[in-house]
Amino acid sequence: MSLGPHADFIVAAYAVTLFVVAGLIAWVLLDYAALRRVLGDLEARGITRRSRRTEG
Amino acid sequence: MPLALLLTRRLVMAVIDLANPTRFLALVNRLLPWLWAATAVLFVAGIYRAMGAPDDYQQGATVKIMFLHVPSAWLGMFGWALMSVAALGTLVWRHPLADVAGKAAAPLGAAFTFICLITGSLWGRPTWGTYWVWDARLTSMLVLLLLYLGVLALYWTAEDPGRGARAAAILSLVGAVNLPIIKFSVDWWNTLHQPESIFRMGGPTIDPSILTPLFIMTGAFTLLFVTLHLAVMRNEILRRRVRTMQLMQAQALAEAGA
Repeated sequence: MSLGPHADFIVAAYAVTLFVVAGLIAWVLLDYAALRRVLGDLEARGITRRSRRTEG
Repeated sequence: MPLALLLTRRLVMAVIDLANPTRFLALVNRLLPWLWAATAVLFVAGIYRAMGAPDDYQQGATVKIMFLHVPSAWLGMFGWALMSVAALGTLVWRHPLADVAGKAAAPLGAAFTFICLITGSLWGRPTWGTYWVWDARLTSMLVLLLLYLGVLALYWTAEDPGRGARAAAILSLVGAVNLPIIKFSVDWWNTLHQPESIFRMGGPTIDPSILTPLFIMTGAFTLLFVTLHLAVMRNEILRRRVRTMQLMQAQALAEAGA
């Protein structure tokens, strides 16, 4: 597949998009992992929310 | 009872049901793996079709940038529209998850608006001979990005999350006036940016060999947005739980010390 004389611009556009999208996905997944860890710590220390206590 | 009325009632009940964060989280946890998988499949299909799409008779292979630029432009606008609907949910109906939905949409919409501007600029240099021009379409999209940054700043700097959410909701509604301006900018003003080629009277002017990959890529990007949006909403709900529990912990320590 030939990208023609302006191949650099096409590649750059796809590279920037990939970079931003990968960044978003990484941010979401890392944030989730960190939040799960902190919640696990808090629950291990016996701190529960009111609604959890009435459910459980 | 007419079918439309029944379906509307079901939809309204579903939205009210999902106001319970725990129930919402349970649903999201079940849905997300499927959404990630479907997004990946659509992107594979879309990229494959995009790479196989023919060159444009005037601009050659640079037309392939359209498969990134157009979907991200739509999502930038869709993100703000979502924030505006969420703002109504926050301010008018007080739906508990409305401000979570709005806050989650902001960084995603901003990112796609940014992608739109960068890919557009990289497309403009070889085809128009310039990276940028202050025409109505480009300028109004830049304004959209600045509005997104404003909303993000409101969330980031708010001392009280509730007040930050209300301020962001108001800015979301006020900024919504920019959406029809962006859409009709190419009609109302003389712009370097081309006029509408898809959603126009008389149907699309783009050949199916390029239009079909565009629709697949748009579907892929949209599904990515939806997936990320639900994941960010989940994170925000968990973050609020952490905050509540930390406040309870602090309170318990203070009482024990007193």
